[in-house]
Amino acid sequence: MNLAETRIVGIGESALGKVPSRSALQLQSDAAYAALDDAGLALKDIDGLITTPIRVEPWNMPCGVVSSFLGVQPSYLSTLDLAGASGAAMIHHASMAVASGQCNTVLCVAGQNLLTNKSRASAVQTMAESGAAHPQFESPYGLLVASNYALIAQRHMYEYGTTAEQMAEVAVTIRNHALLNPNAHMTKPITVQDVLNSPMITSPLKRFDCALVSDGAAAVIVTSLDRARDLKQKPVRVLGQGYGLSHSYVGEAMNLPFSGAVQSGKRAFEMAGVKHADIDVAELYDCFTITVIIELEDLGFCKKGEGGAFVQNGRIALGGELPVTTHGGLLSCAHPGLGGGLFHVLEGVRQVRGQAGARQVKDAKLALVHGNGGTIAIHCTLILSQ
Amino acid sequence: MTFSRPLPSPNALTAPYWQAAHQRELKLPRCEACAKFHFYPRSACPHCGSTQLGWHTASGKGEVYSFTVVHRAPSKGFEELVPYVVAVVALAEGPHLMTRLTQVQPDTVRIGMPVQVDFEKQDEETTLPVFCPVEK
Repeated sequence: MNLAETRIVGIGESALGKVPSRSALQLQSDAAYAALDDAGLALKDIDGLITTPIRVEPWNMPCGVVSSFLGVQPSYLSTLDLAGASGAAMIHHASMAVASGQCNTVLCVAGQNLLTNKSRASAVQTMAESGAAHPQFESPYGLLVASNYALIAQRHMYEYGTTAEQMAEVAVTIRNHALLNPNAHMTKPITVQDVLNSPMITSPLKRFDCALVSDGAAAVIVTSLDRARDLKQKPVRVLGQGYGLSHSYVGEAMNLPFSGAVQSGKRAFEMAGVKHADIDVAELYDCFTITVIIELEDLGFCKKGEGGAFVQNGRIALGGELPVTTHGGLLSCAHPGLGGGLFHVLEGVRQVRGQAGARQVKDAKLALVHGNGGTIAIHCTLILSQ
Repeated sequence: MTFSRPLPSPNALTAPYWQAAHQRELKLPRCEACAKFHFYPRSACPHCGSTQLGWHTASGKGEVYSFTVVHRAPSKGFEELVPYVVAVVALAEGPHLMTRLTQVQPDTVRIGMPVQVDFEKQDEETTLPVFCPVEK
């Protein structure tokens, strides 16, 4: 069997936003049961499990802790950490596990009660000290995770003339998408002026240029094409996939405006054998507004330096040329840590199934899903098809 | 009550850098085979792959490659510094280096601004290289 003979057959998510009634394991369990129900499978059908580390509790072996809690008897299990690229990478790893014959049906599940457990301020400190900055050569200078992205944004503005208004356009567009998602954390509209007026965090990034801190979990089930045929949903195929890595820390990166998305995107498009114009919707990782602009450039949807202009005039909004991050993303739907990129996978699957409701891109056949980890460092691109 | 800031914990690979910094000297790893500098420290030269590496004193000069003015501190230890400038400096020797800019009004910092190294003692064991504008 090869990767072409595996399929995504189930997706699910927990309640998102502020969910004080649920622990990390309960949130993951809620998402897992939702995905099983979506697929028409039972827990006894799951024989593989992939999860990510969490920040709110010390788990010595996350995949073991989650498997045991759910009562899964796995013949394959793994804890994956590609930082923000973990969500997309989990799907690829699950497909490899099934294709190799190691197991038949893999549950990918991740999430935690990041907001309730830590508060936004405490979560910000934990994330700042948990490795995005080099522990010896960067952390002592007082960087937020956002400061690393701010250094990239500043350089991008310097080299290409990208503006704060263009970055704000990303936040506004993705917020508008979240307003069409009944489960999204954020429920009120914002304007470009609201973004520009929001408190400066680490220049040039303001509060609304930055992702949320949320409670929540997401789950995806991957199985073989054979097994997929008699399940509830129209199976979704990973047509193309690619990884890319450009650096580990911002301080050592010699060409900051470029990211590993150049390589991950090229590999995914080559494997899928499709062109950029064929992509109907792009679920791009949106930890900060600048991230989306750089991904659009490096994935090849526009030339380097033109990402700022690309996001204007409704081009990345629903109804536009390339709708981006239609569920509301990390900026406005949910960001519960490493699992945050899994929500982009869920939305890509919904779009090509034709189940995205008010957010449905008409006749969507191909969805690109992109995960970004570290500080525009590690990337995983998926191209999903019906 | 004062709050601490994260300080480096030097190891066998990085101790020469921190020992030099504590003596108010900026040292960088350089490949003895191709003579190119690199940073951060590695086991092999990222340019040519040689494992013949040494530590050499750097000029301490460079220019601002990018910067951010931090208005919201990541932890209480940094609150007294707000707003402060975190910068990536392109060193004259080639590599980049993350640092904080001192002796400068945050709103006057520009990419390309010439800067030079200075040193900020943190405690009896640790001194951080920081950078300040080159005096005209």
